[in-house]
Amino acid sequence: MANIHVDIVSAEGHIHSGEAQMVFAPAEMGEVGIAPRHAPLLTRLKPGTVRVKSPEGDELEFFVGGGILEIQPYLVTVLADTALRAKDADEAAALAAKQSAEEKLAGAKSDIDLARAQSELIEAAARLQFVQNLKKR
Amino acid sequence: MAGAKEIRTKIKSVKNTQKITRAMEKVAMSKMRKAQDRMAAARPYAEKIRRTLGHLANANLEYKHPFTVERDVKRVAYLIVSSDRGLCGGLNINAFRTTVREVKHWREKNVELDFVLVGNKAISYFKRLGGNVVATASQLGDRPHLEQLLGVIKVLTDAYRDGKVDRVYVVSNQFVNTMTQKPTAMQLLPLEPVKSEGLLEHWDYLYEPASTELLDAVLMRYVESQVYQSVIENVACEQSARMVAMKSASDNAGKIIGQLELAYNKARQANITKELAEIVGGAAAVG
Repeated sequence: MANIHVDIVSAEGHIHSGEAQMVFAPAEMGEVGIAPRHAPLLTRLKPGTVRVKSPEGDELEFFVGGGILEIQPYLVTVLADTALRAKDADEAAALAAKQSAEEKLAGAKSDIDLARAQSELIEAAARLQFVQNLKKR
Repeated sequence: MAGAKEIRTKIKSVKNTQKITRAMEKVAMSKMRKAQDRMAAARPYAEKIRRTLGHLANANLEYKHPFTVERDVKRVAYLIVSSDRGLCGGLNINAFRTTVREVKHWREKNVELDFVLVGNKAISYFKRLGGNVVATASQLGDRPHLEQLLGVIKVLTDAYRDGKVDRVYVVSNQFVNTMTQKPTAMQLLPLEPVKSEGLLEHWDYLYEPASTELLDAVLMRYVESQVYQSVIENVACEQSARMVAMKSASDNAGKIIGQLELAYNKARQANITKELAEIVGGAAAVG
């Protein structure tokens, strides 16, 4: 019997890669079982367990906190999220990032002074040059 | 004679500094290795999502996502990735220099600019210089997590989606090798088209739920993984730059110690000579 290749990856690391007889994944619209030669499918995953039945008949389990599932006839890709994601959580994070900008930059000028930026950079570069010369000596 | 004792205390203080820089060098070395491992760990995800996008580009032809559409440039956003801490050579300065060059280029075209900052160094730099900063993230630590970056990414993608900015760049350091870090400005949005893998037959996915929604999700993840990658790459750069800077600082301290020891020995010798001369002179006067 043909096998299907499974890749499970998350943004922060590689989780699993190998052959399988069958893969079960918690798709958003309900659990799907994927056998070889499944029709191409793209769907979102709910938080849950991805089960991979290896050719030897062992069952491996991986927890995913949601993500994206891509199915090609002989290839399954699970792009797992590293964290539980909710829309309002994302909004809150965005708001926090904006607020931190306001707090941290309170009193800053509103426009970049290019001339000053360049003079500061030249000064810093000169300092660097100096250190490098010291190093060479 | 300029007191031998003073020189001795000076030598001691330089030696203490050297101990610190040497310790920092060792710490940076081990952290750099870990950072490089993390960089490698994030690569499979980027590859896989790229592959999926390639498939998608092949399949989904009738719908164009805003992230892939070029627009006239009126306002540009820059995401600037810097380190939280200093003592890492010219790393941040070089990235800022790249930014300033880009800013100048856009200014000449009368394009407005927004900035999103990651890392304390960028924040303090822009605090002094000004500029329209819309979001910041800092204190990411040595092992940044994607969650810490979601806020700034969301600000950028929302601004792009709402048409507030027409292009988004990421300025960060690229890890070439331990000795070399290259500051680069990479275009994040609109996305450069991913090449499809040459599947000739026309086919399409089954989508659950709607294809537009899914394409959006995949592209968002793609953008996130790109930003995450540049941030962890910048961490690896920071550690290796710090390692090199601290190594040269230790070497310099060694050189200074050598010179000071020479001066110390001269002073000591001069003292002995002086004392001898005094004794001889005294003896001659008595005899």
